Amino acid sequence: MAVIVPPFESFYEEHRDAVFRELRRLVGKDAEDAYQETFLRALRAYGRLKHTENLRAWVLTIARRVAIDHYRRREAPTVIAEPETDSRPAYAELGELADGLPRKERAAVVLRYGYDLSYAAIGAALGSSEDAARQAASAGVRRLRRRMQ
Amino acid sequence: MTVSPTLDKRFREAAAAAGLLDVAYDLAETPIGTLLVATTDRGLCRISYDPQPELEAESLAHTFGLRVLRATKPIDPVRRQLDEYFEGTRTTFELQIDLSHQAPFSRAVLNRLARVPYGQVTTYGALAAEAHRPKAARAVGTVMNRNPVPIVLPCHRVVGANGALVGYGGGLERKEQLLKLEGALENTLL
Repeated sequence: MAVIVPPFESFYEEHRDAVFRELRRLVGKDAEDAYQETFLRALRAYGRLKHTENLRAWVLTIARRVAIDHYRRREAPTVIAEPETDSRPAYAELGELADGLPRKERAAVVLRYGYDLSYAAIGAALGSSEDAARQAASAGVRRLRRRMQ
Repeated sequence: MTVSPTLDKRFREAAAAAGLLDVAYDLAETPIGTLLVATTDRGLCRISYDPQPELEAESLAHTFGLRVLRATKPIDPVRRQLDEYFEGTRTTFELQIDLSHQAPFSRAVLNRLARVPYGQVTTYGALAAEAHRPKAARAVGTVMNRNPVPIVLPCHRVVGANGALVGYGGGLERKEQLLKLEGALENTLL
């Protein structure tokens, strides 16, 4: 059976608003840069696409990966000499505190307590369910508590 | 929440600039109607009269690859030269043309066609003879009918042996308008 992948133009027109909405939810004001990055990544892979099922899910997965990369860049460890007057945003502080946690737990903790994202949004960003995000965050917090005792 | 025109345009131009497209296309307004103009990295690959963009995108994807996107910048040189042609200030097009997907006979005929000068006409039979197939006037007619880039490859300058306009993929009225623009109508029967 012939598999007909639509021209990129049709794919783009059909899904662009949904991708933009998702990115607004995940990265807020940085959605515009993330939008361009998402569709450039999709375009790079598009010529090799073999399936036509669920292109919406495929491009939303790319968008979530772009959002995760976006947070990773912002979480890049910052060296701060004097912690006395701490004017760092919550996520920077948490980012340092959470260094050394397993990757997924760290991301869940930082996104939940640093960025105040909902578990649903965190699950989406991590490519897992809301429940899995909640569990990862609480496992991360338990681990941090143990470490500080 | 929808994507703003600015953001949309930014992505389209970035995609083209990054060299990620198999085909870029856009619409161009001319005195003989709206044209769809498409280019690959090898050059101009299609000019369509009365385009239905969705069908055109599918057909372009089928021939050149799936990564087809509407974008303005890659088309600008063609648009500019078409404007100059219709203003009467340009008599030859300086554009690369992508004939890589044409069959050998079509390519040979289209290459001969490219040399028919502005304001002059030739015949189907003469083109056939130049392509070393003197009896293939009818086949040349078919190639003209399927000319991927009319106007730039001037199939409007090809007429019947008796000077009749015969036919044109974009409609005879347009053939007449183009020949009139070039001052070549007196060379035909009309």
